[in-house]
Amino acid sequence: MRETAAERWSRRIVLTLLAGFVLVPLYVMVSSAIKPLQDVQGAFTWWPRRPTLQAFVDMWSTVPLGRYLLNSLLVASVAAIFSVSVAIFAAYAVSRYRFRGRQIFSVTVLSTQMFPGILFLLPLFLIYVNLGNATGIELYASRTGLIITYLTFSLPFSIWMLVGYFDSIPRGLDEAAQVDGAGPLRTLFQVVLPAAVPGVVAVTVYAFMTAWGEVLFASVLTNEGSRTLAVGLQGYSTQFNVYWNQVMAASLVVSVPVVAGFLALQRYFVAGLTAGAVK
Amino acid sequence: MSRRHLAILTATVLAAASLTACGSGDEAGGDSKTLTYWASNQGASLEADKEILQPELDKFEQQTGIKVNVEVVPWSDLLNRLLAAATTGQGPDVVNIGNTWSASLQATGALVEFDDATLAKVGGKDRFVPAALAAAGAPDKPPAAVPLYSLAYALYYNKQSFADAGITAAPTTWEELAEVGKKLTGDGRWGLAVEGANPSENAHHAFTFGQQYGGDWFDAAGKPSFDTPQNVAAVKRYIDLMAVDKVVNPSNAEYAQNQSVSDFANGKAAMLLWQAAGANLKSQGMAPEAYGVAPVPFLATPPAGGKQVNSMVAGINIAVFKHTGNLDGALEFVKFMTSDTEQVTLNKTYGSLPAVGTVAADPAFAAEEQKVLAQALATSAAPLPQVPEESTFETLVGTAIKELFADAASGRPVTEDSVREKLTRAQQQMR
Amino acid sequence: MATTTPPAGTASGQSPAAAGKPAGQLARQPPAAADKPAGRPARRPRRSLLPYLLLAPAIVLELAIHVIPMLVGAWMSLLELTQFHIRDWSSAPFVGLDNYRVVLDVNSAAGAELLRSFRVTVVYTVLSVGLSWVLGTTAAVLLQRPFRGRAVLRALFLTPYALPVYTAVITWTFLFQRDTGLVNHVLVDQLDLVDDRPFWLIGDNSFVALLIVSIWRTWPFAFLCVMAGLQNIPDELYEAAAMDGAGFWRRLRSVTLPMLRPVNLVLVLVLFLWTFNDFNTPYVLFGGSAPAEADLISLHIYRSSFQTWDFGSGSAMSVALLLFLLLVTAGYLLLTNRRRNDA
Repeated sequence: MRETAAERWSRRIVLTLLAGFVLVPLYVMVSSAIKPLQDVQGAFTWWPRRPTLQAFVDMWSTVPLGRYLLNSLLVASVAAIFSVSVAIFAAYAVSRYRFRGRQIFSVTVLSTQMFPGILFLLPLFLIYVNLGNATGIELYASRTGLIITYLTFSLPFSIWMLVGYFDSIPRGLDEAAQVDGAGPLRTLFQVVLPAAVPGVVAVTVYAFMTAWGEVLFASVLTNEGSRTLAVGLQGYSTQFNVYWNQVMAASLVVSVPVVAGFLALQRYFVAGLTAGAVK
Repeated sequence: MSRRHLAILTATVLAAASLTACGSGDEAGGDSKTLTYWASNQGASLEADKEILQPELDKFEQQTGIKVNVEVVPWSDLLNRLLAAATTGQGPDVVNIGNTWSASLQATGALVEFDDATLAKVGGKDRFVPAALAAAGAPDKPPAAVPLYSLAYALYYNKQSFADAGITAAPTTWEELAEVGKKLTGDGRWGLAVEGANPSENAHHAFTFGQQYGGDWFDAAGKPSFDTPQNVAAVKRYIDLMAVDKVVNPSNAEYAQNQSVSDFANGKAAMLLWQAAGANLKSQGMAPEAYGVAPVPFLATPPAGGKQVNSMVAGINIAVFKHTGNLDGALEFVKFMTSDTEQVTLNKTYGSLPAVGTVAADPAFAAEEQKVLAQALATSAAPLPQVPEESTFETLVGTAIKELFADAASGRPVTEDSVREKLTRAQQQMR
Repeated sequence: MATTTPPAGTASGQSPAAAGKPAGQLARQPPAAADKPAGRPARRPRRSLLPYLLLAPAIVLELAIHVIPMLVGAWMSLLELTQFHIRDWSSAPFVGLDNYRVVLDVNSAAGAELLRSFRVTVVYTVLSVGLSWVLGTTAAVLLQRPFRGRAVLRALFLTPYALPVYTAVITWTFLFQRDTGLVNHVLVDQLDLVDDRPFWLIGDNSFVALLIVSIWRTWPFAFLCVMAGLQNIPDELYEAAAMDGAGFWRRLRSVTLPMLRPVNLVLVLVLFLWTFNDFNTPYVLFGGSAPAEADLISLHIYRSSFQTWDFGSGSAMSVALLLFLLLVTAGYLLLTNRRRNDA
């Protein structure tokens, strides 16, 4: 099955075009971050004529970027961990048991993907406030509330993906463990989970990224203390100016860890998706 | 199923539901020793505002023992956040509001009414500049806030550009402005910069032009009257600065983040209509000597019914939420913020005008810019319609004008019909 | 031909775990899932409490964050919930279906605006999902065989998906600036394609701009899924096809695409729902007030409820949108299921 020359060249051309499409904005992000403010406000130039790292210094004081970064990290990682834990139990039940309501559960959970966020933004906000008043647990304007919201956002897709993955793990393994006297949860932790590592990693990454990038709910459910990056970065456009170079510098700083993490784990993501999506 | 398994499950549920440790402090309601205050973004950045306000808040704490936690809220968030606070009875005790929102927020019933008795607690009704206090709520009700920073529109012009073009005086009529603007336009420079994609700015100008043409955006009964011939003419006059006179760079049609101020500061535009731009211009490296400040122009021949109005009564009001657990402390704080000392300090920093009459003569406000603004506020400024639907008016009419600017910028004709059609559609969306 | 075209049914019978390398030891096991058809009880019903306990956290969360707020939202759509009433809901007049009557009446201004926004969103969704799928599939197929630099390209292609929404879209906002952006610099200054600098963030082009940003962010996900799907296609199928003398296009048509069908069915549905409900992209790109040409429905509803403080009609619009999505999804699933069963 050899590639013809025509095929090889069309492949190269198409891939180069695609790479260009992806690269250009990324390049601009980097090159604008090292331009002085005056240059980003002037006509566009491909090459920074007066490269400077000043924006990387200034960006910490224009907005409290450090705090936003910390909030985002905390919210996204805790949400991801809990989302995955909850999804593992739920997916195990759906994958390994036949019970009344199984179908309804699956359909309902998936259909929540359809809900326009705008429909339940205000109600959720009110529920948080009233629940907070009634119980003393701070949900509105706290990281807790945001964590619970985000972990639920990624839950449907996570459960669905893990069900697919668990389904692909032969039941024979479960049964062998049970013959050895393992209970259902021990089977889950000692047999199913170890075989499902790629799926679990994929779901964790997905949940983390969902929480890391969400804008709408963060803008309503947070205050200054709990604000996340997705909303906080808007602070660079102030009453006085849009600090484009600082926007780009900050974007770069907050993107690099996520992108690097995702790329490092992408192999698992593909594997996890393979099982989940082909179900 | 064993007990241990149950325990694991229960623990997961509980842990998910009670991550209380992560909660961040927002002591809403407030006890007698603390207050939460949402300030609006008046300075170069949120952090800069905080640095400006903190020493004053410390002073307040020394005087009264009440600690004020300040959060500077960006304008893009402020109305949403206020709405949220009003809806839930949670959030700050004291807030800054754009004075044009006063009647809208008043309608929610969430703000403390400043009747005469309450006003007496913050220094009395007579302390405040009457025009500014008139922009703090519907005319037939006690104000929902008191003025904090007062502002008005002025015409800023680049002295060097004017000299280069041989122009000796700032234009006083729109016709002159168009003519002068044409002389100034060229070589990458434009006569005037406008904030064409910013609905609020657009709505403010629509109001002022409307007044000059004798139009009203709400009739006497408070019903919207957007598409009257006067308002159509007014909006068209504003758009024509770009569409017909061509003294405005078409690029301005996409400006919504104060790029027009940057253009003026960088010499890309020779004139600018703005409220107290001085502090901003300074931060962008334009010295006060480099520009002149003049009143916003009028029409050369005003039509019947046209009013001598060349600015809205702009400014920031300070309000107290009814849900505060510390009403006395909150009013004490309002009194502090509107005291003579604070009015001088803060308004001087922000380049705005004091909202109280007692310090108007203070040397801090003797600069040319402040004198022009004060003059406008005293003689030729009118408050925006103080009706509950005001914020909707800003959104809808401001957006309609944004679309008209987009048409003008891409070379599509802007006619009376197209203006009327847009305004009619905006009006129909008012409920 | 019969040897190279797999029956659609076996595609879902393939053991997907075979693709997961860390679970490689499982690949040699017979695919157990395939011989246990769905519906057959895996355990005796004696333990019927356990699955519910396992599901409990998920159910509680879904109820609390999704289902109950949605029902509250549906209730709100029956109230006149303007700024006069938001502080005390009990005072909000119950208006029944009045909100729906207004927002769904295409002869009223609000209804006409909603319809326009709906049309824009439909076109946007179809184009964005379609083009993202084409780009993603193209890239995945072209990266199927190993060559030097493949890993780098794969990482590069995935980067837009990993970027936080806000940073990706704000960068595009910067690129699309009329005077200072890269797009016009290239089009006008360098290539001289147009004389007049076009606008991208206002006017007609804003739709194109929105579409480009959306595709830029979405296609890597399609790429990722298709790439995962391709790993399930056994090499033997290609070898058999090659022996039949099938060229690139023939192999694509008779092996790759049919084998990708299960992936595509899900992928298209997920992309459709995400894109249709997309709020972040237009919100960040246009700063909250999108031009009419790019006024996506979720942003439109946001404006109708938050900026004009009319939560009753805003909720009515959302509920109508939800019903529409439910209908489309149900129709889609029915249609694709029937076709699968027919096959």
